[in-house]
Amino acid sequence: MKLTVASSPHIRGNFRTNRIMLDVVFALLPALAMGIVVMGSRAFLVTCVSIVSSLVWEYLYSLVTRTRNTLKDGSALVTGLLLAMTLPASVPYWLVIIGSGFAIIVVKALCGGLGQNIFNPALSARALMMLIYPAGMVRFFVPKADGVTAATPLHHMVMPALPEETLWEMAIGRCSGSLGEISAVALLLGGAYLVYRKVISLRIPAAYLGTVAVITLIFPKAGNPLQWMGYSLFSGGLMLGAIFMATDYATSPVTPLGQILYGIGCGILTVLLRYYGLYPEGVTYAILTMNALVWILDRYTAPRRFGKQKGGAAS
Amino acid sequence: MKKLFFGGVHPRYKKKLSTQTMDFHTMIPKQVVIPMQQHIGVPCKPLVKVGEHVDCGQMIGDGEGLCVPVHASVSGTVLAIEVRPHPTLGECLAVVIENDEKNTEVKGEIPHNKEEILSAIRNAGIVGMGGAAFPGNIKALSALGKAELLIANACECEPYITADDCLLRTGAKEVLEGMMIMADLVDAGHIVLAVEDNKKEAIIKLKELQSDYPKVELKILPTRYPQGSEKQLIKALTGKEVMTGDLPISAGCLVFNVSTFAAIYQAVNGGQALTKRIVTISGEGITKPQNFIVPIGTSFKEVIEAAGGISEKTERVISGGPMMGVAQKQLSVPVVKATNSILCLLRDENGTAENPVCIRCGKCISACPMHLQPVYTHRYVEAGQLEDIRRLNVIDCLECGCCSYTCPAKLPLVESCRKGKKMLREAEKK
Repeated sequence: MKLTVASSPHIRGNFRTNRIMLDVVFALLPALAMGIVVMGSRAFLVTCVSIVSSLVWEYLYSLVTRTRNTLKDGSALVTGLLLAMTLPASVPYWLVIIGSGFAIIVVKALCGGLGQNIFNPALSARALMMLIYPAGMVRFFVPKADGVTAATPLHHMVMPALPEETLWEMAIGRCSGSLGEISAVALLLGGAYLVYRKVISLRIPAAYLGTVAVITLIFPKAGNPLQWMGYSLFSGGLMLGAIFMATDYATSPVTPLGQILYGIGCGILTVLLRYYGLYPEGVTYAILTMNALVWILDRYTAPRRFGKQKGGAAS
Repeated sequence: MKKLFFGGVHPRYKKKLSTQTMDFHTMIPKQVVIPMQQHIGVPCKPLVKVGEHVDCGQMIGDGEGLCVPVHASVSGTVLAIEVRPHPTLGECLAVVIENDEKNTEVKGEIPHNKEEILSAIRNAGIVGMGGAAFPGNIKALSALGKAELLIANACECEPYITADDCLLRTGAKEVLEGMMIMADLVDAGHIVLAVEDNKKEAIIKLKELQSDYPKVELKILPTRYPQGSEKQLIKALTGKEVMTGDLPISAGCLVFNVSTFAAIYQAVNGGQALTKRIVTISGEGITKPQNFIVPIGTSFKEVIEAAGGISEKTERVISGGPMMGVAQKQLSVPVVKATNSILCLLRDENGTAENPVCIRCGKCISACPMHLQPVYTHRYVEAGQLEDIRRLNVIDCLECGCCSYTCPAKLPLVESCRKGKKMLREAEKK
């Protein structure tokens, strides 16, 4: 018998990168299903195009650079799916293919690959797509009238006015918007699953949503403060962003305190961008901005040294 | 369950494997190999010669300074004094004794005052039996008159191991007596026996004895690894944090493993040297997982054979627990004073990753009971950035294994922390 001599520990937990990625995909399914139910088959096709093109870009990159084929780690699948969730169902397919290529090749692979990228690939791609073909990114279906496009609830809130939809309709997703963002309930369900599976902690989503809730409650722009807060939480990409985008491992802080500060920062920037920005939505740019600050947050929120009491001199 | 210390993990404990049979017996080895170093500190020098007859309990090695003696664990003839493999030190000078199975025994004198008790503890060769093997008399000496809290550690938080559990089920009285001896010795105001809530039978036993020992407070802690680590246990019980380099007594605490207390009782009350201990033999690779009372110096091979042998699929044989134990390359190594278990493990299906790169999930930081950042230590060690490694306080690392255990990319984080510590030590020498 040959005995292996290796460093401890001799047992490992059952966490795995690809298991985590599959959990994220699974957690996104309810929201995706709502998108397809409300917006129809084109939502499904956009998702397919985004996922397949992401996988193809990932494969091509490993082929051209002769590096390890990383399709199995599942991250390209997640990027493709997340990108699709942020897009309107009417987006042109060619734009999706360009976007996914940018996400996979430029934002992820060229920045060092899995775990090394500074910016969220899906959101970076969305930002680029907004830049190169805005017209393809702002037409949204109206769920009540098939094939008609119209303004999202957020467009009303810019006026400022409360949207036509009831809060309940917004929560379940009977409103227009990007194909994965409309149903807050489905997204929260997915988030609860991720917390249960210990894929994410509550720190970032709770800090993010909590901050938005507090600011919109104190500074409402229409209706009564509670109503305004409710609409602010359920509209646009906030739930999708707070639960699935801001919690992206590679582009968020690793320290517990850093994660809370990061969530608060995302919340403040989102409200500021929604109130004063050029576009009705601010989630994408809020998260991308905070992505750039992650290294500072990590550096200055290192855990207190064991044995060093709070308020003691830093070593 | 409330967290009493930061970090930690919940590995699969698999303790039931080795507690199915409770009628554990004393092994009778044909030969014992007694290493001259079984403690932290200076190695012993042999006191016997080849060919000499020794009795069980006879001192066969001793030294100066931070050192406790070693004893013959069987009666018989000294076959050789030579360098032999050692389960944690690689190799070490050892006295080899052939067992004549006559079991002739020598005992130490029964002590009458504090000074004599301290020297009895030393002369019995008592060390911390939880794994660290720090000389018991020196630890007690450091706490004389200063210990506010005396802690008996029965957490046994490593998976598979049930040696302390077995001791409490069958010999809790000796443990409690040992605690009373130590409490009197150091004038401890408060005495606690800490046990994790997964040892139900032991807790029942302890509760039965509670009325006889009203001074001892039984603390049942929610099970979590590494609660049995001295620093984490003190934190869980008192909320105090002992900094790296400081002794537990700086927080007013004196901690011994329950096996150590039983050994102290036997030394002080019966004049018996530390010549045998309870060892768990477990793991999926062993035929009959169980506990034995094993004379110090018995080879792993003999213990494994007594437990029915190992399967061909066994990949690792470990001295100690699966989280912190040392993988052995040969089975001729002897059981030493700190060997609480021998594990025969099969291949770990969770051991490899498809793409072993850090995804910055931060789980290692949330799992580190010492508030470290293994993700960055790993990165800086790979890059050789000495200044950054120093800034990360890697010196505090217990090597408990929580970071590696929890890492989804299966990175060798503990190994990196070890390398980081070594790099810092080498840099200091220059």
